[in-house]
Amino acid sequence: MSGRMGGLGPRARLTALAVVLLVAFLGAGGYVWQARQDLTAARTSATGAPTRDDLAVVRDVPHLVFRNTALGADYGRVAMVPLSAPAGPRAVTDAACERVYATRDEAICLSADRGLLTTYRARLLGPDWSVRRDLPLVGTPSRARLSPNGSLVAMTTFVFGDSYANPGQFSTRTVISRTTGAVIGDVEQFQLVVKGAVVTAVDRNLWGVTFADDDRFYATAASGGKTWLVEGSLTARRMTALREDAECPSLSPDRTRIAFKKHGDLPPGRWRLAVYDLATGAETLLAETRSVDDQVEWLDDTRIIYALPRGGAGTATSDIWSSPADGRGAPELLVSDAWSPAVVR
Amino acid sequence: MYVTLRDRPDDAGTSRARSAVRHVSGTVVLLGTVSLLTDVSSEMVASVLPLYLTAVVGLSPVAYGFLDGIYQGVSALVRIAGGYVGDRGQRPKWVAVTGYAASALSRLAMLPAAGFAAITAVVTADRLGKGLRTAPRDALIAAASQPDVLGRAFGVHRALDTLGAAIGPLVAFALLAAVPGSYDSIFVVSFAFAIAGVAVLALLVPDLPTAAGAARATLREVFSEIAGRGLRRPLLAAALLGLLTIGDGFLYLLLQARDDVTARYFPLLYVGTNIAYLTLAVPLGLLADRVGRGRVLVAGHLALLGAYLLAALPSSGLGGTLAVLLLVGTFYAATDGVLAALVSRLVAARARGSGIAAAQTTVALARFAASVLFGLLWSIQGPRPALLLFAALLAVAVPIAAWLLHGIDRPTPATLPGARPSGVPA
Repeated sequence: MSGRMGGLGPRARLTALAVVLLVAFLGAGGYVWQARQDLTAARTSATGAPTRDDLAVVRDVPHLVFRNTALGADYGRVAMVPLSAPAGPRAVTDAACERVYATRDEAICLSADRGLLTTYRARLLGPDWSVRRDLPLVGTPSRARLSPNGSLVAMTTFVFGDSYANPGQFSTRTVISRTTGAVIGDVEQFQLVVKGAVVTAVDRNLWGVTFADDDRFYATAASGGKTWLVEGSLTARRMTALREDAECPSLSPDRTRIAFKKHGDLPPGRWRLAVYDLATGAETLLAETRSVDDQVEWLDDTRIIYALPRGGAGTATSDIWSSPADGRGAPELLVSDAWSPAVVR
Repeated sequence: MYVTLRDRPDDAGTSRARSAVRHVSGTVVLLGTVSLLTDVSSEMVASVLPLYLTAVVGLSPVAYGFLDGIYQGVSALVRIAGGYVGDRGQRPKWVAVTGYAASALSRLAMLPAAGFAAITAVVTADRLGKGLRTAPRDALIAAASQPDVLGRAFGVHRALDTLGAAIGPLVAFALLAAVPGSYDSIFVVSFAFAIAGVAVLALLVPDLPTAAGAARATLREVFSEIAGRGLRRPLLAAALLGLLTIGDGFLYLLLQARDDVTARYFPLLYVGTNIAYLTLAVPLGLLADRVGRGRVLVAGHLALLGAYLLAALPSSGLGGTLAVLLLVGTFYAATDGVLAALVSRLVAARARGSGIAAAQTTVALARFAASVLFGLLWSIQGPRPALLLFAALLAVAVPIAAWLLHGIDRPTPATLPGARPSGVPA
């Protein structure tokens, strides 16, 4: 075979292969080792963010619930800060969640059991952060919301193969259940009305529910490459489009406006935050120009908050930012080393 | 350079002359190793991609499916181009190297790829690389193998390939356990595996010309080979069967809708199918060499028919689910490598890559059409009636395909004196 192998003889080839394999695997091994060293160093040196022990005290005042992403022993645990001092010490709970949402009486916790087979769990936690019940879940969870009085829970998951033309690709499933565990239904099965016509396309997807009360909700509907902000009713099992190009809505506490992410003419996978006035239909772009792919939360009637991954090496870390809802001012850092915010008033 | 793979005990008594042709060429084992390393690399990334997109990048479902349809079309075209360029230059190895290298480099591009668009581009580069390399690599396997052990050769290659696909997720999750949250580590290690695969290919696999001494194939000659009589019936049969082959994702969806246990362990369904495929690829390749590749190809679709019928049952418990996975794995083992083995003997050596590419593209496009059709039926009639309809049509198509493929590859190597593979000592 040597005649066809160019200039090198068999021995030179084997040597070259050995060199390539050594460089590749030593290099990769070194990279992983360095990453592990960095992580260990960060964990031991970082005492994490300053913490406080008075969980019950924080729980009794208006507070912010979030996933603690400060490197250290408490990484990934649910933590709380009082709204009066968001940058101050945080009270860390025992619950570990990838995503969390909370009301005064309960919290929904989405977590991943990582392993050869990664499975996901959705659990309802009580006021003491202990598990009340497991909720049925199929697929990879992405969004979760509770209704204001805590009686309903909506979860969006990504399921394989629901996009009929492309088995193996992602599609969403959004199921609304009672917090007692009874399933109300997959909103994808509800009737969808856009400009007076019923949409029956196979590729329609629904995600990102935000509740107005125990019946009315808002969500994102998509079909044929377009997205709409829809208003739905659980009893009527019907949703009506309010406007186009709006994803992951979040209703303001006074229920007059909806914050959402807008794609516009940005490149694929990038969004701009905006606020939609339900009464006038006016749209206000927010001062935040970085792309936010999240369902935002309202801090109060004037400010919205959202998590952004911190750029650079430590991609596991993120911060919670706030922006004025009227489009003025500038984004401000609210809580560092935090993810998945929920405001409990 | 020969590597002997042990025969089954009952083969021990066969004569030396016969056992000599049963050997699988070292080149095939090397190509299998290349595929193994590359599949470890790509499955490492594929298995954590959903997690990575959720945890780090943020998920974006819109229009991803539409883009994917376009990639499938592009990938099919690239595959034919890869087959043709490999044939034309008579050096398929370097076309394959280009394809593997493109996929390897795409791993490294994952590091700075932060947004949805960047990741889409990287995934596309990976798929284009895969499209480019498949046909020239299969042409190399054919060129390195004696005609009457082609089925076994492709079986060995596909088994190694699938083994890599099974190891990849293990490596990825071991890394995530060792360095939590460090997706960069996964991409870097994945890159190392991909580079190792490219190095084995570039440095150890002989640069076998697919047609020694023959004149360069012109586009017209290649076209007349593909459209000629030799391939007409097998391509027709492949298209007919492909049109009734729905993606196994649909079967898994049906299975997971039947009971909660299956739903929870959804990703394991793919693993189950892969294990069956891995175990059966070599035995079914051997069987194909013995009884005819066309027969095994057709019989594989009977396994698929069985899978359809079992999946359409209201519920058959864990045993039923496992039986479906076994049947789907059997289907892949009886069809994927076997088709390449079948086709590579029906076209002239100088157009072999193009011929294999034509068959694989025909199957890919027909299956894509089947999935679209099935998806529509699913939404109109519901999953069970749709599946039963496809099962009925498949039951009709299998005898037609058997008729089309009848007598196409009687295992008589002596009838093709000029077909001895080049680059392989007799």
